[in-house]
Amino acid sequence: MTDYKPMWQGLGLDLAAHDQLLAVLGQAYTDTYLSQAARPEGMGYFDFVMSEVHGLRIKELRDAQEAGRKVIGTFCVFVPDEIILAADAVSVGLCAGAEFGFAEAERLLPRNTCSLIKSFYGFKLNKVCPYLEATDMVVGENTCDGKKKAYEIFRDVQSNLYVMDLPQTKTPRGRDLLKAEYRRFMTELERLSGVTITAERLKKGIERVNSRRRALHRLAQLRAADPAPISGRDALLINQIAFYDDPERFTDAVNKICDELEAQVAVGAGVTAKGAPRVLVSGCPMAVPNWKLAAIVEGAGGVIVGEESCVGERGTRNLVAPAGDDLESLLDAIVDRYFQINCAVFTPNEARTEDIVNMTREYKADGVIHYSLQFCSPYLVESYRVEQGLIEQGIPVLRLETDYSAEDVGQLTTRVEAFLEMLRK
Amino acid sequence: MMRLGLDVGSRTTALVRYDGRLREAVVVDSGVQPLSRCRELIGNGSSGRLMVTGYGRHLVAPALGGEVISEISAAATGIRHLYPEADTIIDIGGQDSKVIALANGGVARFEMNDRCAAGTGRFLEVMADTLGVAIDDFGTLALEAEKEILLNSQCTVFAESEVVSLIARDEAPETIARALHQSVANRIVGMAHRVGVGQGVVFIGGVARNPCIQKLLGERLKVPVTVPDNPQIIAALGAALLLREAEAGD
Repeated sequence: MTDYKPMWQGLGLDLAAHDQLLAVLGQAYTDTYLSQAARPEGMGYFDFVMSEVHGLRIKELRDAQEAGRKVIGTFCVFVPDEIILAADAVSVGLCAGAEFGFAEAERLLPRNTCSLIKSFYGFKLNKVCPYLEATDMVVGENTCDGKKKAYEIFRDVQSNLYVMDLPQTKTPRGRDLLKAEYRRFMTELERLSGVTITAERLKKGIERVNSRRRALHRLAQLRAADPAPISGRDALLINQIAFYDDPERFTDAVNKICDELEAQVAVGAGVTAKGAPRVLVSGCPMAVPNWKLAAIVEGAGGVIVGEESCVGERGTRNLVAPAGDDLESLLDAIVDRYFQINCAVFTPNEARTEDIVNMTREYKADGVIHYSLQFCSPYLVESYRVEQGLIEQGIPVLRLETDYSAEDVGQLTTRVEAFLEMLRK
Repeated sequence: MMRLGLDVGSRTTALVRYDGRLREAVVVDSGVQPLSRCRELIGNGSSGRLMVTGYGRHLVAPALGGEVISEISAAATGIRHLYPEADTIIDIGGQDSKVIALANGGVARFEMNDRCAAGTGRFLEVMADTLGVAIDDFGTLALEAEKEILLNSQCTVFAESEVVSLIARDEAPETIARALHQSVANRIVGMAHRVGVGQGVVFIGGVARNPCIQKLLGERLKVPVTVPDNPQIIAALGAALLLREAEAGD
């Protein structure tokens, strides 16, 4: 095995704390993933990528930097990868899915801050995230109040932070803002990378990201089969890895596993017994290594068949449509695609409930679990409307509110088991 | 054939033996070693199938060779058997409380308390202890209150210090007891409104034995509140009945 310690040291990581994080991650991965029976062979690639999440992938980023390319870290699916790729830069989604270093985070943040925000603070303040340390630019964004205000303080410890403003309404004014912000981002990336973003480069970026999305759409559709050909845990992992892996290599691996799953579906084979309760999960994003809910649902005999989530279909829905050959129309096409993301920071956000209903039907889910992180006002408040909308359509729904800790696993398990028992009836 | 339903709760454990008729129903403290407590309860000579529910189900079922069911489905099945017309269940146990809406013979929706003792039997136990009152007399004492005061804290720890200062201020024990009962009722009423309350409530769990909580829930929810003769055995009964249903479905 390669010794990555010198690389980590070079990035300024705290090696002892980092070892602790890797131990937690490794244990969670073994418990959640490697314990599964009958996994698709194609998961081998993703197991490997996950095992090298702080190793080989970081080395690749460092090599890219050696070759003069920039590495851009992002937190949100509104940050357009197309533009980052067009600047010949590498895009990595920063994960923030572990309860790590919260005590340090709480020195700067109120205790009642959501786990996701505390997590990236915890990673930063404990110097355990090689991605944060390796970036040339970290892109924050004005989504929820928690993140917006947290970035103001985060700048003190992450000097290369760039904050993108985002609209909160789906109005022409909102679209203008998004476009203006994408243009500003483009200029900033050009300045940082020294690359002029031409129409040709942008078009290429669009093609690359669209290909990755197409592969993920293909995977999503295969999960409509009963029995499901892949566990929700594995599908979640693939969606998580989409954020930081090399786009082309990742797309190939997804298409490869889809070939395998197609063959399974054709013979009626799957990872659960036919008729296992099928659940659609909707709500807050689940970043690596937040596999808590998926492990509970599938541990109780259910199978997750879709994620209406940023790490999932909310993040990957819709391709950038073909446009003219000039920069302006390409940028417009990108804006049009991103402006359709139905995030709970928008008001109103009724289209999200429609998305959930459509996904429930498309993936033949028996019920929906609405997942909110504690203190996440946008999703917590919106869960009321979502629940109403689903009940109107006769779709059973369970609302859960939790965080990254393990202390409520027993209570969540009881709720989830009761919900699955309802769905089995 | 005898069917055994076992409800392993955080505070008490209930066992029901059922063979078409209720043959036995016992409730004991769960103690610190619930598994050996369950072994004692079931005894060696007993045959019959076993369904385990409650907080300790995953601990006990594999060791005793039983099946598992969540306490929500178990309570719903027990109530459906005893009160076929019931549409709402309120269950307040040792460490959790839940409200279940029934429809079409099954669970339609449910809510449970979050990870905190507010609104549970444990909250009442701690407070009765602080006031030096036996838990079985606590509800009766609270009913004697002649005035109403409001507690600021729902948290067990903070409420306890608040009670201590109320005692120091010479507030009557029954007044303090009443405020504590109101605090539990507030929590439950909030949950019940989220789930939706039907025509009447069946109230189960250890706290259902408390006359003051019974009264407050009826007043606040403005519907009749029915308490079964032995409200602590309902989930165990439901678990036993679910075995019958499982067999019928085979």
